[in-house]
Amino acid sequence: MEEKIENRLMDARAMELAIERLASKIIEHFPGKELKKMAFLGIQERGTWLSERLYKRVFAQSGNKPLIGTIDTSMYRDDIGLRKNLSRILETSIPFDVNDRNIVLIDDVLSSGRTIRAALDAITDYGRPKTIRLAVLVDRGSREFPIAADFIGMKYVVSEKEKVHVCFKEHDGEDIVYTKNRSEN
Amino acid sequence: MVRSKEVYNYILEKARVIDPKNGIDEVRDIGIENGVIAEPEKISNAKIINLEGLVIAPGFIDMHVHLREPGGKDKETIKTGTMAAAAGGFTTIVSMPNTNPLADNPSVIEYIKSHCELSAYVNVLPSGCISKGSEGIEMSPIGGLKKAGIVAITDDGKCVQNHELMKHVLMYSKTFGLPVLDHCQDPYLAEGGLVSEGYWSSIKGLRGIPVAAETIMVSRDIILAEAAGWKVHIQHVSAGDSVDMIREAQKKKIRVSAEVTPHHIALTDECIKDYDTNFKMNPPLRTEEDRQKLIKGLQDGTISVIATDHAPHTTTDKLVEFAYAPFGVIGLETAVCVCLTELYHKDLLSLTELVSKFTVGPASVLGLDIGSIEIGKKADLTIFNPDEKYTIDSGKFYSKSRNTSFNGKEVKGRVIGTIISGRFVFSQIDGIKGTF
Amino acid sequence: MTDMKWTRKDLIGLEDLSADEILFILDTAEEFKKVNERRVKKVPVLRGKTVINFFVEPSTRTRASFELAEQRLSADIVNMSASSSSLSKGETLLDTAKNIEALQVDIIVMRHAASGAHQFLAKNLRCGVINAGDGAHEHPTQGLLDIFTIRQKKKKIKGLNISIIGDILHSRVARSNIYALLKLGANVTIAGPPTLLPKQFEQIGVRVCDNLKDAVENADVVNLLRIQHERQRASYFPSIGEYASVYGINRESIKYVKRDALIMHPGPINRGVELESEFADGDQSVILEQVTNGLAVRMAVLYLVAGCLKTN
Repeated sequence: MEEKIENRLMDARAMELAIERLASKIIEHFPGKELKKMAFLGIQERGTWLSERLYKRVFAQSGNKPLIGTIDTSMYRDDIGLRKNLSRILETSIPFDVNDRNIVLIDDVLSSGRTIRAALDAITDYGRPKTIRLAVLVDRGSREFPIAADFIGMKYVVSEKEKVHVCFKEHDGEDIVYTKNRSEN
Repeated sequence: MVRSKEVYNYILEKARVIDPKNGIDEVRDIGIENGVIAEPEKISNAKIINLEGLVIAPGFIDMHVHLREPGGKDKETIKTGTMAAAAGGFTTIVSMPNTNPLADNPSVIEYIKSHCELSAYVNVLPSGCISKGSEGIEMSPIGGLKKAGIVAITDDGKCVQNHELMKHVLMYSKTFGLPVLDHCQDPYLAEGGLVSEGYWSSIKGLRGIPVAAETIMVSRDIILAEAAGWKVHIQHVSAGDSVDMIREAQKKKIRVSAEVTPHHIALTDECIKDYDTNFKMNPPLRTEEDRQKLIKGLQDGTISVIATDHAPHTTTDKLVEFAYAPFGVIGLETAVCVCLTELYHKDLLSLTELVSKFTVGPASVLGLDIGSIEIGKKADLTIFNPDEKYTIDSGKFYSKSRNTSFNGKEVKGRVIGTIISGRFVFSQIDGIKGTF
Repeated sequence: MTDMKWTRKDLIGLEDLSADEILFILDTAEEFKKVNERRVKKVPVLRGKTVINFFVEPSTRTRASFELAEQRLSADIVNMSASSSSLSKGETLLDTAKNIEALQVDIIVMRHAASGAHQFLAKNLRCGVINAGDGAHEHPTQGLLDIFTIRQKKKKIKGLNISIIGDILHSRVARSNIYALLKLGANVTIAGPPTLLPKQFEQIGVRVCDNLKDAVENADVVNLLRIQHERQRASYFPSIGEYASVYGINRESIKYVKRDALIMHPGPINRGVELESEFADGDQSVILEQVTNGLAVRMAVLYLVAGCLKTN
């Protein structure tokens, strides 16, 4: 059902700045050889788009090309059987050894924390990373799990009734972050 | 037979009277006095019933009914089966002999008759087995069975495979005037079969019963009937090719007759696509082409009888895997409305033609002087409204079983009353009570 | 395409599914295949769910594959055969199944000798029903794993010429393959002894061929069905030996098979009957990959069915 944009949080310029800022924070966080051990894991599906952007920014700022992969959390979710339908499982692709790696988990929006919980379980089934950090473009509050992001593009307090949408121009036609009411179904 | 105590004299007014045997189709009054048809003007103190808009026909005959008693009272009894018959507009039914014990000896016929005397609501004419134990090996005591009261012989459910025995049966039964009713099926071709062999059996992975399983035996019966010079009656014809063979034989004056069931007229094998066991019957539902040929057979008179093959099975029997469910569906309470809907209202048969398939048709196969409305004869009558619409609800059936193919079907045409020997056994008419 | 959502609580047959649904399962299986290649070959997705493997008709490999799939999804498992169930005491299938359901089982994986048994159960049960083979009707997970394997090797299904050889009449594997392959746009040919080859499949667009050469000549895939000694009635064909020489893939008939065609078999193989050993083990054979892929496909099916159980 068609929902109208209620409230714009970021325009293209603000998004670009926030991503730039995220990249700087990440580089700053991993001094010297730790940066070489860093790998990006984008959470399907919008987290992977953000991780591609961050990859470019980190390369531009540091000259370092992080390893990059994608992860889908469907197999680790806690609500199987509580839904009436299932969405497609998207690709999990981790083309590197996670052991002793500094993993940066990347998602567009941090909300309840459940997806991150699932992603942590998923990653640890691949091995034992040295560290796992979390980067998100938007932290909107509404946490249900004791999870916090290490790198945050922008923090907003958004009503529970609203959902935060992040659009990427490569896939959605424009860069924009906005909120809208959750559909009534 | 169960009879109400009061005997009334009636004048049934203003109904459309259809009596195919006597070529009557007109609005007229019918009188009933002391259980027999009488001139309305000559009856004193008659109760007058206005039946305007309804049809009165000679009492309908179903020459293919499984009452299941003795031996299958969980499925049906003489009482419930004959209540179902009366509610379906039938005044006379022929019971099949594949009870337990089988009706292959006079004592079982005596048993059935004595139980009918106590608990049947319609006239029950028993049939007896062709062969002892329906095993197709030795002839049953046909003469003794006749004396005990059977009107026909059949091994229904099975088919005599020994052609010599069948030939002898046809020759022998002629002496007693007993028609031979045959469930034509070659057991090798039909072995393990569940549905008609064809498109749907292939798609659904169900073993098929080929048309040849029926036609081979139809042709065998025709050949032997010609040789014996006696009557063979092909039960529940399912295949179009059978109709063609029977038509050709009748042209040669061979004494072969045939019946078709309402379900073979109304349905095709596509119905089995959801593995619903209420569409599992033997012979199986065939293709649309077969169905059309069956209707053509009714139209040109090749098929003179509509019979239900009323085969009750409990819900438990049928609520199993398709392969393990027993064959058969009930039909007494749906036959008339389904045939009115599928044949009369679709302009495939006239009302007179349709009524003949339930009256003079079966009476003639059985060689009985019933199925007509004539002064001085027993007042067995069926009253129906050809235009009343309703939805079939198996929950309301009098039959003990619910295995119908037609639950939920919208039909046009409804039985309103059933009169046997001048008494209303079943009635939906205001102010007139039935027996049950 | 990504908008499609899976909504079925049962997998009865591929005939009922749309092309999109079939592809959805195959895509899901791709992700589960990766799980099987990991160090930790297990995901918690069915944790707390109970699956019963109810094999009314005996099976070894399908059951093992399902069991392993269930374990890799962290489900709790109960195995039951006809002889260990109350069916042997005369209980009806529905009563047995209702009793299983009363134990709060979430999914019943069943194999049954009667076609349509799963449809019958699914209609009468709340829990999910997965068909592991019903009579001569369908074996949907086998059909899916065959197609998964073909897609993996040939990178497409549409337009491929796929020939299925053997006892089509009694084969649930053939039916599942036929229904799904047609939906996905393949050209399907069936061949075998005329007594075991229902011509009616022509009506749904299958090429029906009664000699092996014509059937395999342009095939991209040759799928050979197991000839069931145990099911064979003598009157269908003279002997297993004659079958092997007329319809088997051997040094003689392999000449007609394209060099890049895949050779498939649902197993267990009768070596020297449907397929000469050297070709069963040859470079065109993908038989063992079928088995590997079967695990991923079954994990995907279990996951999807479990995800759509209506909890209320």
